[in-house]
Amino acid sequence: MLTKRIIPCLDIKNGRTVKGVNFVDLRDAGDPVELAEIYAQNGADELVFLDISATEEKRKTLAELVMRVAQKINIPFTVGGGISSVEDVELLLNSGADKVSINSSAVKNPQLINELAAKFGSQCIVVAIDAKQIDGEWIVHLVGGKVPTNIKLFDWAKEVEQRGAGEILFTSMDHDGTKNGFANEALARLGSLVNIPIIASGGAGNMQHFVDTFKDGKADAALAASVFHFKEIDIVDLKKELKNNDIEVRI
Amino acid sequence: MIQIIKHTVSAPPSGAGGLKIVIINYGAGNIQSIKFAIQRLGYEAVLSDNVEEITAADKVIFPGVGEASSAMKKLKSTGLDQLIPTLKQPVLGICLGMQLMCNYCEEGDTKGLGIFDVDVVKFNNTVKVPQIGWNQISNLKSALFEGIAENEYMYLVHSYYVPMNDEAIATTDYGLKYASALQKSNFYGTQFHPEKSGDVGEQILANFLKI
Repeated sequence: MLTKRIIPCLDIKNGRTVKGVNFVDLRDAGDPVELAEIYAQNGADELVFLDISATEEKRKTLAELVMRVAQKINIPFTVGGGISSVEDVELLLNSGADKVSINSSAVKNPQLINELAAKFGSQCIVVAIDAKQIDGEWIVHLVGGKVPTNIKLFDWAKEVEQRGAGEILFTSMDHDGTKNGFANEALARLGSLVNIPIIASGGAGNMQHFVDTFKDGKADAALAASVFHFKEIDIVDLKKELKNNDIEVRI
Repeated sequence: MIQIIKHTVSAPPSGAGGLKIVIINYGAGNIQSIKFAIQRLGYEAVLSDNVEEITAADKVIFPGVGEASSAMKKLKSTGLDQLIPTLKQPVLGICLGMQLMCNYCEEGDTKGLGIFDVDVVKFNNTVKVPQIGWNQISNLKSALFEGIAENEYMYLVHSYYVPMNDEAIATTDYGLKYASALQKSNFYGTQFHPEKSGDVGEQILANFLKI
């Protein structure tokens, strides 16, 4: 059976991890490659690298990092952050990324999804959607959740699927950072509306939250950052817990 | 965690006498990952679209991600569609590479290379499409899976699949049981990505290089 995926997310700035990590066995806590290797060896199913740097050197630095990661790790990884053109995607895929994640650029230019899916195939195009509730309605936000649009989450999710997205990475800005659990109601509704895999993001605080997002939220994968980076949750333990709850995982 | 002995293949002698591994480079998708995986096993691989170089290789890897009809067009433009079915050394098609080695691909209504006598079809909507993630391989046959336990997890990402047929050497369940690896004489194919499937996947690649 296809398993549910556990995906640690690494924030990258100028080729280094930021927000800090708490691995005693790391020589260099800022080296994304070293961290990626540890996650790959400890049961992560996939990795996401989110580039938050804004320098002009960004593309080159990121491509170099992607190549270093691809050399070292033997599980799939996605790269996101500021990707806005076919050329950006081509460079990253040719450097060894398995998938790319686009967010704001897809909202500003939805046709980009079609172009990328046609050129590279849907399987490597993840559309990331940040949303929060305004007056009871889930609204898509840009710039890390700071800028609201007039687009409704569920309409947008259906549109990105029709345009050729292979996967949706949904982050609830209402839940992100709270450690109170994922947005399972919205996730379950998303899952009933589209027929592509959905990655849940935002709100992971304990192992039960992962159980809940797979059972109640019907998520196909769950992404988290700090609970893994600070070793609040060990991925091997998490997978055992999921298995104990009859959730199919790769152990 | 899956425990498998890594790097069971010893490093090849440097210079002449080393295994000549060619990854067919026809502009279809991410081939760096395969090259890197082979390096992790202690070998070097060459990326090439050159007929002589591919013909002279000891092992040929035929990768591919993306869309079937445009990939076939690229193969035709370089004459590789004629070459590949005539190769005599072990050939491993991965993902779309394996699909293109079949008779026909529903994606883009494309005729394939006709090595495997089966048509590639799309998953129906009772399951999420594409299938993305780790799924089990079972009913393993062939030297490709030497030392690999039944029901190991492999990484898959695909919307089209090869139905069960006589050339299946591994099966996977996703709404239905389908052929996730194929073999016919010197031609091998895997729907999953051994280069992205952890240590077990690397072992399968190492097995191929030993065939």
